[in-house]
Amino acid sequence: MQRDFDKPTVVKIEKVIEETPTVRTLVFSDKVLANVLPGQFAMVWIPGINELPMSVMVSLEKEKAAFTVREHGVASTALYDIKVGEYIGVRGPYGNSFSIKQGKLLLVGGGTGLVPLIRLLTFLKKTDEVTVLMGAKTKGEVFFEKMANHILENNKHQVIAVTEDGSYGKAGLVTDVMERLLSETKFDAVYTCGPEKMMHKVIQLASEKKIPAQASLERMMKCGMGICGSCCVEEVLVCRDGTVFDSEYLLSNKEFGYTHRNKAGILENY
Amino acid sequence: MKPGISTQVGAIKLERPTMLASGILGISLDVFARLYKEGAGALVTKSLSKEPWEGYANPTLIGVKAGYLNAVGLSNPGAPYFAKMISSNKTIPIIVSLVGSVEEDFTFMIKQFENVKILGYELNLSCPHVAKVGLEVGDDPELVHKIVKSVKSHSKVPVIVKVGLGSSDYLETVRVSCEAGIDAITAINTVRAMAIDVETARPILSNKIGGLSGPAIKPIAVRCVYEISSKFDIPIIGCGGVSSWEDAIEFILAGSSAVQIGSALGDKWIGVFSEINNGISKYMEKKGFTKIKEMVGSAKRF
Repeated sequence: MQRDFDKPTVVKIEKVIEETPTVRTLVFSDKVLANVLPGQFAMVWIPGINELPMSVMVSLEKEKAAFTVREHGVASTALYDIKVGEYIGVRGPYGNSFSIKQGKLLLVGGGTGLVPLIRLLTFLKKTDEVTVLMGAKTKGEVFFEKMANHILENNKHQVIAVTEDGSYGKAGLVTDVMERLLSETKFDAVYTCGPEKMMHKVIQLASEKKIPAQASLERMMKCGMGICGSCCVEEVLVCRDGTVFDSEYLLSNKEFGYTHRNKAGILENY
Repeated sequence: MKPGISTQVGAIKLERPTMLASGILGISLDVFARLYKEGAGALVTKSLSKEPWEGYANPTLIGVKAGYLNAVGLSNPGAPYFAKMISSNKTIPIIVSLVGSVEEDFTFMIKQFENVKILGYELNLSCPHVAKVGLEVGDDPELVHKIVKSVKSHSKVPVIVKVGLGSSDYLETVRVSCEAGIDAITAINTVRAMAIDVETARPILSNKIGGLSGPAIKPIAVRCVYEISSKFDIPIIGCGGVSSWEDAIEFILAGSSAVQIGSALGDKWIGVFSEINNGISKYMEKKGFTKIKEMVGSAKRF
């Protein structure tokens, strides 16, 4: 039977990886989600609880995919608490993806925003020189460092962790480190995903240097497929026109970096 | 001469017969502007309530064969917020959808839009999945009469009633609405439905029961438009599974003067409006029609 992409397909969790004390990666078999493009997402049904938009995480095992989730609200905590052998539903993939450029590439991620960037790494050419900046509050919250180094083992690359409290890697904000890197190196493209204020700054910094940049946005979503309108940012829908947008467009959008809509559709400040 | 696809639904004049259905994409003026530019003849807002509503927990909308199943739960920012948001509107043909339980809910909301440029109101008396509003109102002819009468006496713009298939005869809702002086009818809303996942044995929607939309309900909607048009002298807007120009023409032949498009956005995205408009225009040229009006209800002559 042909899979109905818009109806949840139920999959069994096969492995749970503890990334940090508050972040886990749930691995499952699914041929479709194993092969999504970087920036695409799935709607993830936690039966009896809720359904969340989640960027699809890479699994290094064939035909497997994963979700990386931080325990936070009711729904994300329920997903975080899913055990091996339990079921979740997935529908999608939805959304567009990063445009793959070549040359000297800079990826700037924060927290679980690293998920689409890690997937992006698997699409890069061996000739690309890749720098990954990973932002976290403190040492215990740094994750995917090993994964990034592993995927990039045949590339000229550097993976730099940046902690706000300076307990690991470089100290400060990822955007401070990015600013320094931009003054030393001429990058060909910048990609970012993470907290919106961080992405806003990343996009501004890249634009000042006239480097093409893209960001993958997150919004409250209900349908995930361009029907309900919940995820609009001015006239664009993150689920359908995004999740990835070009820096030029983002800087012309007055909501990006400043406001998002709540469940009722009311604009709230970041 | 090239046929014109402008149309008139009672006193409501539309440049094009393809409207955005309520509940779809309708929470920002920027999105309305974009869809208008893409060819929509009018934009119906999400159904607004007195207060902001968050709606139900997800899953609120899923795909099923030949359509979508949703129980979004009428999430909306509330009429006062919405009126303020569209207060700068000058050019976009907006129809404000309202949902409430009693006359006072509606009169309160109409007051919010007194100085806002809108084409009219559409009263949602047919949402199938929220308690005390929608179909629960639509199923009570006395209440419908009271609400419509009150809305009509307070509104300076045309008022449409959107009907659906509830537990009482929807034609009775149409009849009392007409008696109370309504300007037009939109038919139909989604049809009460559900889906159960077999692996987990659970209803998928968080509200368990929702409304079915899309191609699956189109023949039902065409039948309703045909029945209303046969029994009442009231302008009709057809709604339910319109996803091609053929669908739109079918509704027009059944008796509607315009159509609303919703679920088709899922497959065809925003290009669906111009696609259908162009198809209607070509059909009219081929068949020798110069105005939409010439086709409205012409299937009834057989």
